[in-house]
Amino acid sequence: MRATKKRQKIFGSKNAWIWFLLPSGIGVLIFVCLPFLDVVRRSFLTVVTQEWVGIHNYQLIFNNQAFLLAVKNTLRFTVICLPILIGLGLFLAVQLSRLRKIQFLKSCFLFPMAMPAAAIVLVWRMVFSKQGFLNLLLDSLRLVPESGPVDYMSTEAAFWVLVFSYVWKNLGYTIVLWLAGIFSIPADILDAARVDGANERQCFWQVIFPNLKGTLYTITVLSFLNSFKVFREAYLVAGSYPHESMYLLQHLFNNWFVNLELDKMAAAAVCVGVVLFLFILLLQKFWDKAV
Amino acid sequence: MRIRINAQKAHCNRTPSRGRGYGAVKYAQANIRKIMLFSLAVFCLIPAVLVLSGTIISRYELGQCLEPLSSGAEGFITWKFLPVYPTFEHYARVLFYTPQFFVVFWNSIKIAVLILLGQLLLAVPAAWAFAVYRFRFRNVLFTLYVVLMLMPFQVTMLSNYLVLDGLHLINTHGAIILPAVFSTFPVFLIYRGFCALPESIIDAARVDGAGEWTIFWRIGLPLASNGILSAMVLGFLEYWNLMEQPLAFLEDKSLWPLSLYLPEIHLDQAGYSFVASVITLIPPVFVFLIGQEYLERGIVASALKE
Repeated sequence: MRATKKRQKIFGSKNAWIWFLLPSGIGVLIFVCLPFLDVVRRSFLTVVTQEWVGIHNYQLIFNNQAFLLAVKNTLRFTVICLPILIGLGLFLAVQLSRLRKIQFLKSCFLFPMAMPAAAIVLVWRMVFSKQGFLNLLLDSLRLVPESGPVDYMSTEAAFWVLVFSYVWKNLGYTIVLWLAGIFSIPADILDAARVDGANERQCFWQVIFPNLKGTLYTITVLSFLNSFKVFREAYLVAGSYPHESMYLLQHLFNNWFVNLELDKMAAAAVCVGVVLFLFILLLQKFWDKAV
Repeated sequence: MRIRINAQKAHCNRTPSRGRGYGAVKYAQANIRKIMLFSLAVFCLIPAVLVLSGTIISRYELGQCLEPLSSGAEGFITWKFLPVYPTFEHYARVLFYTPQFFVVFWNSIKIAVLILLGQLLLAVPAAWAFAVYRFRFRNVLFTLYVVLMLMPFQVTMLSNYLVLDGLHLINTHGAIILPAVFSTFPVFLIYRGFCALPESIIDAARVDGAGEWTIFWRIGLPLASNGILSAMVLGFLEYWNLMEQPLAFLEDKSLWPLSLYLPEIHLDQAGYSFVASVITLIPPVFVFLIGQEYLERGIVASALKE
């Protein structure tokens, strides 16, 4: 009897959460939280001798050309990609929402998500290299510049190839999110607006769009974090040291890792982590205000 | 956009009666919308079609088609969606003469399946804890989980490395599998599924004398299976495609997954590369086709705020 009571105390409904959460929690603690604190500590130390150097590592990375270039490119990539992806996704989702049978179309748009980056590399090379399909198309339209066809991989244009590849891959994801937002708007509101004589455009700006602010927040956060995965395509297409227009933070981290420059890496990881954390909180705050 | 305006004008000229004209414009708009959406959708599929068609072009023809690419000469590459002499030689080569391919394929399967199994074991109970119980620090812990879920690999790369190095797991599959098992993303996804459970059911079960574990096993799991499947489908697509981690933590090429092996194939062996790509495509496409419903639900669930 007493044993069951004791058992109840530990397994009782109040404390049962511990047992459910413990395995995952321990793992997260050991694999992520504690080592990240160690990284924070290391960001103030030298690599080999483990001497305290204060903010020297931080000064180092903010004077590092590669770091500045990578930050600039990553920011540029994000600032250009997110509006394109989010806007195009919204436009297509609104168009799709007016059709009746959209399952097949949705599948097509989602399909690139299932295409492994590695399986695409050869296709991208065939399309974007100097002798590739894109130039073939431009040539047949007589749009090739006089200086001859461009190699999109090893020039300034490499950046845009990356943008394209990111949008291609994430468009379906975004459309599905927007569609969910659009379909969650109660049909009566829209019907009421239509009865009152609103046309499609008014319906969109006055009724649909204001109801999508929550969706906008989540799409922005998710697209932003997915934008880090574009490294896969970038790396596969152009290797560790691509054209400088698409040298991203991800390349830099990878190269620092390969060269064992762990002090810089620690400082940079802390910086990027803090910036992302603030970015997420900031967006969330805006969103809370908007809803 | 311009096309649509033109169409509108054309209709206005033709139909004097405003009502009928308006209907026709709408009809035209709807058609243009359909055409635009369909062509974009097809556009999304083109890379897959290219890869697929490349597998049956003979070595000689492929060499001719891609010649400008490999030699760097002038002119453009060409393509034949229907080759003159279709062949299965590349398939035969990959499937019967390249044991190495199977090793790599097996690596990929092993990594993805073990990660998903581990996540299933850890994430489902954790999600249950967050969804059903109210305890101290719950909100702090949950926010921590969400933030961790959103952190890109580059931020946690060094932390991961330090632990894995300490555990002597670098250059083993454990280095890829273990950290991924503790990913907090599936916890979040499955949590959404559990949240849909009405609290009254759980309370009723408690009143009837069911233990916490019984409630989880008998009520929670069956009702949240959608969330779990969503997490598995999204997870598979992600882990099949994993690149950053193996690139950083695996040196031995025999341990590499497909995602790193494929790009290593030289352009001379384009046919082989196409077939390898198609075989790489099969599992995720299979998962995609049978799990699309869950995939969509998972995407939507991942976006909802608590």
